[in-house]
Amino acid sequence: MSKPRTYQTEAIIIKKTKLGEADRILTLYTPHLGKIQAVAKGVRRPRSKMSGHLELLTHSLISLARGRNLDIVTGSQTINSFLPLKSDLELASYALYATELVNQFAADDVEDYPVFQLLLETLHRLSQGGDNELVLRYFELHLLDKVGYRPQLEQCVSCHSILKDATNSFCPSAGGMLCPTCSQSQPLTYPLSAEAQKVLRSLQNNDYDTASKLKINPELAHQLEMVMRNYLRYLLEREVKSAAWLDTLREQTGQAAFSQTAPP
Amino acid sequence: MNSNPIPTADAVSKLIQELNKLPGIGPKSAQRLAYHLLRAPEEQSKLLADAVLSVKQKTRLCSVCFNITEADPCLICRSQQRDQTKICIVEQPQDILALEHTRIYNGLYHVLHGAISPTEGIGTEDIRIKELMERLKDGSVTEVILATNPTLEGEQTAMYLNKLISPLGIKVTRLARGLPFGTELEYADDVTLTRAIEGRQEF
Repeated sequence: MSKPRTYQTEAIIIKKTKLGEADRILTLYTPHLGKIQAVAKGVRRPRSKMSGHLELLTHSLISLARGRNLDIVTGSQTINSFLPLKSDLELASYALYATELVNQFAADDVEDYPVFQLLLETLHRLSQGGDNELVLRYFELHLLDKVGYRPQLEQCVSCHSILKDATNSFCPSAGGMLCPTCSQSQPLTYPLSAEAQKVLRSLQNNDYDTASKLKINPELAHQLEMVMRNYLRYLLEREVKSAAWLDTLREQTGQAAFSQTAPP
Repeated sequence: MNSNPIPTADAVSKLIQELNKLPGIGPKSAQRLAYHLLRAPEEQSKLLADAVLSVKQKTRLCSVCFNITEADPCLICRSQQRDQTKICIVEQPQDILALEHTRIYNGLYHVLHGAISPTEGIGTEDIRIKELMERLKDGSVTEVILATNPTLEGEQTAMYLNKLISPLGIKVTRLARGLPFGTELEYADDVTLTRAIEGRQEF
């Protein structure tokens, strides 16, 4: 049986690139088709009926027609536009970071419903407000879980002894924690306080409702962010581009907050 | 592949090759254009060739607003008739053409040459934000109009610029976002409609 010529799917728009005069190539993350690419014709013209429904960070119902090379978007209807994300610089940046990770880890045309669900939930959580850093760490750990890179946080990946309640080291290339003895022979490891390990384990093993009750001070949050970033960089073998932007943004807002509190 | 000799003159196939590199011109269009030029009067080819060359040789970016210009500073920046207290921020030089076509705006411009796009790795250093802040330093500008595209990247750029500029005590405005002329309401997306309702005006 041949595939039908048109089909419909839900999708989150995770990437777009310009094509020709008024077209775009969209990267869509769908619940049952995984990551797909499609051409949206004419969406860069102001009168396009579809463009608003095909903007980044939008959850839409999309109709597609099979094309020779890429499929063509024939219609779209927004399910959730995540308006709060689009009217806040930081939230949009956090959300773009999440979509970039999904785009990097997902292979084309491989169904992975749990990843779709996780991304959708993450966009909801970011637009509802809360501890955004915690939302991202939860997202990162569970994304790694679903794509097969779950870091080992319970025992030493080298000697398999249960980790003691003390500072241990995270080793990206080994994919998990090392006890103090084993970490001496490994050159690239990052020390993690007992508290940081506890938070990571709690994020990894619980659902979001439980994990979101954690309270994290800025210093600890920074430590967690860095260890995850190093692990992600190791796995992807490249920088996560939007992470650099998050840094710039935080630097700027940090400066702004400083200049506001400083006496004139 | 190359065993068959190409059944046309070298000069023609070279022209086809070059035309083919232009955006939107495929191999067939390139062929059609090349044969058209071949048949056209020599005068016309000369005009085209001159135009192509001078666009590279005679133009540069205006040192003030970074629009494409032949004279530096550009005609808009130099004009005494224009309102020197307003700067309109656009992503690309073509946007100025669209805005000038309306003849409703009489201030100055600033071309960023791009928009912030975290996932593409385009940050604040890659577009002309530093130069803009430099322009705003002397205090003569009282209003900055953010006319970046109403896409996620354009919005991010606008929000970022607002954060930078509003602490300077300069009025920052954003082009209204609403329904385009000639469209139908039923096809409008949530973001546009929400903003259109929020920004509605009394008749």
